[in-house]
Amino acid sequence: MLSELTSGQRQAALIFLALVACVGLFVAGFGGADPIAAHGWLVLGVALISAFAVLTRFHDPEPVADRSGSYYDAPVKAGIILAMVWAVLAMFVGDWVAWLLVDPELTFSEPWASFGRLRPVHTTGVIFGFGGNALIATSFYVVQRTCRVRLAGHLSPLFVLWGYNLFCLLAVTGYLWGINQSKEYAEPEWYADLWLVIVWVAYFVLYLRTLARRKEPHIYVANWYYLAFILVVAVLHIVNGLALPLSWAQAKSYSLFSGVQDAMTQWWYGHNAVAFFLTAGFLGMLYYYLPKRAERPIYSYRLSIISFWGITFFYMWAGSHHLHYTALPQWVQTLGMTFSVMLLVPSWASAGNALMTLNGAWHKVRDDATLRFMFVAAVFYGLSTFEGSFMAIRPVNALSHYTDWTVGHVHAGALGWVAMITFGAIYASVPWLWKQKTMWSPRLVEVHFWLALAGTLIYVFAMWNSGIIQGLMWRTYNESGTLAYSFVDSLEAMHPYYIARAVGGLFFLVGTLVGCYNIWMTIRASRAAAVLEGDHPAPRPALETGS
Amino acid sequence: MAVEERDPLSGYKTTGHEWNGIKELNTPVPRPVFVFLIAAFLFSVGYWLLMPAWPTGQSYTKGLLGFDQRDQVARDVAAAAAQRAAWSRALEYTPFDVALADPALMTRVRDTAPALFGDNCAMCHGQSGEGGPGFPNLRDGAWLWGGTPDEIAETMRVGVNADHADTRVSQMPAFGRDQMLPQEDVRAVIDYVRSLSSERPVAPSARLVRGAEVFANTCAACHGVTGEGSQAVGAPNLTDGAWLYGGDRDSVHQSVWGGRHGQMPAWEGRLSTAERRLLTLYLLDLGRDQP
Repeated sequence: MLSELTSGQRQAALIFLALVACVGLFVAGFGGADPIAAHGWLVLGVALISAFAVLTRFHDPEPVADRSGSYYDAPVKAGIILAMVWAVLAMFVGDWVAWLLVDPELTFSEPWASFGRLRPVHTTGVIFGFGGNALIATSFYVVQRTCRVRLAGHLSPLFVLWGYNLFCLLAVTGYLWGINQSKEYAEPEWYADLWLVIVWVAYFVLYLRTLARRKEPHIYVANWYYLAFILVVAVLHIVNGLALPLSWAQAKSYSLFSGVQDAMTQWWYGHNAVAFFLTAGFLGMLYYYLPKRAERPIYSYRLSIISFWGITFFYMWAGSHHLHYTALPQWVQTLGMTFSVMLLVPSWASAGNALMTLNGAWHKVRDDATLRFMFVAAVFYGLSTFEGSFMAIRPVNALSHYTDWTVGHVHAGALGWVAMITFGAIYASVPWLWKQKTMWSPRLVEVHFWLALAGTLIYVFAMWNSGIIQGLMWRTYNESGTLAYSFVDSLEAMHPYYIARAVGGLFFLVGTLVGCYNIWMTIRASRAAAVLEGDHPAPRPALETGS
Repeated sequence: MAVEERDPLSGYKTTGHEWNGIKELNTPVPRPVFVFLIAAFLFSVGYWLLMPAWPTGQSYTKGLLGFDQRDQVARDVAAAAAQRAAWSRALEYTPFDVALADPALMTRVRDTAPALFGDNCAMCHGQSGEGGPGFPNLRDGAWLWGGTPDEIAETMRVGVNADHADTRVSQMPAFGRDQMLPQEDVRAVIDYVRSLSSERPVAPSARLVRGAEVFANTCAACHGVTGEGSQAVGAPNLTDGAWLYGGDRDSVHQSVWGGRHGQMPAWEGRLSTAERRLLTLYLLDLGRDQP
């Protein structure tokens, strides 16, 4: 990865890492007994290990003088590997907490191993670790191919990837040590948040500069979505993260918002994280890899346009549907509900555009598990957006809110849509990146597909049943006009579904492990022989006449 | 230069652009998309007209139905209370013995109490009131603060060592840890106390005699001369085989050495009078099933 850097860039990387190490040491020193000190040491350690890695490659030969004749794929490869590592880690923790709900004794009697600390490790690990790395890696891949130009920078892509993973590491280690600002899906404390802002701005600038250098007259749809993802996530993250730390050397901070304003800001963030992280970004992925793999043109450019603007416009209003029947004024709930209903139309338009693109390639969907991953992802996208709009309707929400139905809905989206499209994209890109004809074992892709699909279906059906039973038990009155069931009665009723859910999660995890093995073997095969020629950016204008 | 092509499969033209092999068709947006978009928008407009919807600076549009979720909740709660009023009000004044003999009222109690007990009491006293170490069994008839209906209701109202002006107060001192008794005497009195409820006769020994002596001097003030306990101070009966913290040697040692200071929250202010009396009836009813 570092051999593509000039010696000047390697020096710059070393200086930067030395600076980061100093910051780590400084925080470790001034943090004293505060938990932030542990993060200081962590940052110091990561910076030193990274500096060591740069040093071992410091005297490698210089890269070719003009690197613009090739795509910069090193950060893409690293990002894909990191995504798979995070996937295994976070899905393991996810299944662990699922079993913990089956039997609360299935853990160690240590504070870090309690449900409340493990759960955010799972959610952050899958959303930001797995999903985020996959988005960064594929966005780097897609923006280069669709602009026919090399990434605009050598250090900044590495910085984005490295910095982003440092953020994820600070986040999950923090939860285990009890550092958590108690905002769902935005748990990391102020200093990790600030670091992410720096990383994210670098990402945004890098992406814009690459787009600006494009050799294509038009910007492809996938890039609209990736750019919307990068831009809006920055806005959401900054606003929801506004907080005042106790001091520069303490981990604890207090949010600038309080009461119902805090709840509204949090769910404006939370729902738009679903919209722009888990939807827009992955739609970008879908818009590149699905037509590419199916070798079919996108069904309708016009449909792409109205779905894009429909999604970006409607989603922004929908967050308040997370706060139905609460202290939030009812008019805000009304807006959240109605915009959620309207949102269904552009959502289904996107799903429809993807599925109609497969017209003429259905035999490939049948034969090619990679394309089938993407097809199933589009189906689950349609399914969970319908479910989301449905659950946003107030009387439906009265039944579904606070139950496992929500958990089932989220996982229909997370497993069925986000993870499936990611696996599809990864299985498509790995052979391209490592210059192989196919994955090491197409059969194992097939195995992974069925494990993932079975796991998702078991999970989602278990949670639908559990959630609806739960919701009904909580609202059932007896003939005396009093509640028929205690909370523990509903817990007992959920027990079999919790077992089913944990089994479904295990299927999914095993599928991911199979995928890791397959990717590993493909990379190993590539060391033996690169079978394919790499693809290249558009030649420089000066060379155009000559070539 | 954009070169449009016709896709042989769909018959539509492409937009003429290509990105690394990906092309786009210029297919018109299917009509259903617009139909559904308009339908969803009209539904929203209708909903906005009927319900509180758009902010207007200091206020918001109230909607033609005049619906307000807070009013609605208040109305629903009042309606539900009114529906239950016939029997729940009777609970507040009907003497316990009369209520226990009233099958209609007791049906309401048996309908209602399990969920109420399950949500408020079961986390300490167990799902069916069987108790656990440190938490009294409510079905065995061994009442710490008295088992008459009024005494049970009062315990529920004020709690034990609770945050209530009239709370019942009880403490077992830490005789060993606070050096009120030497280790020898602690051991002796444990043997003696355990012998009080022993089913098999215990062979007399010097240690038992010493234990009895220590008991008479130190423990009898609360637990009574014969160890029969005192419901006035919540001191358990030591002769009945019912152990609050366990009757094995280690548990009794922990009680005598380190003391005990159990707590039960006061339920006045958390549960209504009717609800507390309902739970009292439920416990009495549970006790009636016991042999």
